[in-house]
Amino acid sequence: MGFDFLQDKDRIFTNVYGFQSWDLKAAQKRGDWDKTADIIKRGNDKIIEEMKESGLRGRGGAGFPTGLKWSFMPKESPDGRPSFLVINADESEPGSCKDREILRNDPHKLIEGALIAGFAMRARAAYIYIRGEYIMEAKVMEAAVKEAYDAGLIGKNASKSGYDFDVFVHRGAGAYICGEETAMIESLEGKKGQPRLKPPFPAGAGLYGCPTTVNNVESIAVVPTILRRGASWFAGFGRENNHGTKLFQVSGHVDKPAVFEEAMSIPFKDMIEKHCGGITGGWDNLLAVIPGGSSVPLVPAEQIMDAPMDFDGLKDVGSGLGTAAVIVMDKSTDIVRAISRLSYFYKHESCGQCTPCREGTGWMWRVMEKMRDGDAEIGDIDTLYEVTKQVEGHTICALGDAAAWPIQGLIRHFRPEMERRINENKGAEVLEAAE
Amino acid sequence: MAEAANIPDEIEVRAKWGDFKFTPANEKLAKWQIAKYPEGRQKSAVMALLDLAQRQVGADTKTQGWLPVPVIEYVSAYLDMPYMRTYEVATFYTMYNLAPVGRFHVQVCGTTPCMLRGSDDVMAACKNKGMAKGKTTPDGLFTLTEVECMGNCSNAPMVQINDDNYEDLDYDIMTRILEDLAEGKEISVGSQIGRKTSEPKGGPVTLREMVKANHDYRKEW
Repeated sequence: MGFDFLQDKDRIFTNVYGFQSWDLKAAQKRGDWDKTADIIKRGNDKIIEEMKESGLRGRGGAGFPTGLKWSFMPKESPDGRPSFLVINADESEPGSCKDREILRNDPHKLIEGALIAGFAMRARAAYIYIRGEYIMEAKVMEAAVKEAYDAGLIGKNASKSGYDFDVFVHRGAGAYICGEETAMIESLEGKKGQPRLKPPFPAGAGLYGCPTTVNNVESIAVVPTILRRGASWFAGFGRENNHGTKLFQVSGHVDKPAVFEEAMSIPFKDMIEKHCGGITGGWDNLLAVIPGGSSVPLVPAEQIMDAPMDFDGLKDVGSGLGTAAVIVMDKSTDIVRAISRLSYFYKHESCGQCTPCREGTGWMWRVMEKMRDGDAEIGDIDTLYEVTKQVEGHTICALGDAAAWPIQGLIRHFRPEMERRINENKGAEVLEAAE
Repeated sequence: MAEAANIPDEIEVRAKWGDFKFTPANEKLAKWQIAKYPEGRQKSAVMALLDLAQRQVGADTKTQGWLPVPVIEYVSAYLDMPYMRTYEVATFYTMYNLAPVGRFHVQVCGTTPCMLRGSDDVMAACKNKGMAKGKTTPDGLFTLTEVECMGNCSNAPMVQINDDNYEDLDYDIMTRILEDLAEGKEISVGSQIGRKTSEPKGGPVTLREMVKANHDYRKEW
């Protein structure tokens, strides 16, 4: 034990639960939009440098260093093309529900972050792409953007900084794949959300063929606070290479599921005890945890207990931090069904562009459904594993990988359970034949 | 990929929706949406306009609304897009209804985080009220759909009915919601067990000062 829990004064999202109003006046009282022009006056390069020093890694799942990503944007435009910032609020990864709280309870942090980030990467405007199902959240966001325009905080001479910057809200209409950055750009252009081949990378040719950076909501919304309190403050949390604070989202079999901000690298057990009231039925009842949203492999109870919740700590146990969406499963869980349901999700959400994913996700789901009842041969487990390996890495975007990993995790850790079901089912057949 | 819908394009549909156009209020909203994008990039507004059109159809039919083929054609023409490009968008995204739905579109989340917390019971409550997945009840009141993760996982299980989310459900609560809707009663949205949003049940363990007042933590930095 002995983990230093994050103190309230060090939380960035102080209104995360929405007990207070999201509106401009209330947000300003909490410290948003405070001398934003002074931050901008530090200059593009200084801001990017400071973001690099803070150690912030992208909060959308991949964990790419945010400051570094911004530095890929062109410093000037030789052909007159503008640059764009696209903010990814298409939060659809099963288990993830953090961006929703920012959108509806702290929208001004996001808008202010958009201005500062947009300025740093020399973007002309930001598009906030909100998933279609977040209807109320999009309404709040639209209203907050209007407030910011009316107060002169964005638009022409934004916040009296001398920089012109627009922010627009774009609503999706129900497609997980639009969370992939190039699919999001396609969707913003009014097309089906099918990912593009890379290269060219968005920083070279993205939205409307212009240089574009796509960042997660949380990555952008933490920017103003980091710059106000300094890179070293943010870098003071978490282990080397995994710095900062993070919104964790716990769902599944805990006494009190919740969203909360905590320091990176918090041990799993401490986190659940402090914020979620423990595991349903006690710690002996824990079966497995999916620690980073549905796309990462599950981790069995004994391995996750003391694991630090950060990028490297979860990589060490064969999984990943992803979006820090922690799905907890106790021993009452039908683990094969739980993963099979995720397989169905990926089958439903495959955009249909690449054959291995389009055909593979459906096939994997059908086989997983057979595995639920053990209506298969032992060798089918190996075939299933083989197929996940054929899908993984053979598609344009990472949806194929995301569909493969949960199944690989299941086979890696719960193969005996799968075999037991098959043998039991066979036993039943033999009995029937004998009668 | 989502299952292909059976898309009605019969004489009656054409007769009913053939001369669809935006109401003046929606026309204004459509222009506002188009203005968000650079000159000549009006196509970017196609998702917003299809949503607007679906809502207008919904208001006309007192349902959640859907997109008859002539309405999709209207939006295409409005944005100067080939029909096929608009049709692709309408069929790709799940929130566009390609066939009529009921007054209340009951969208139960069934993905793993909700499943672990009892979405089977929520589904059972719907079925025991005579609903079937993908179908509308004979009285035209309810259409039941099982949807994929809606991003309310810390408040699971949940259902989205038209524009509103109902969270922290169980069998009894869901039954009550359906009964109240059928009777036209007002129901509170969000958590059904008294949580404000996604704080732990029983009250937050962090940021307690924020519950009563808009606390400024900067003084403690």
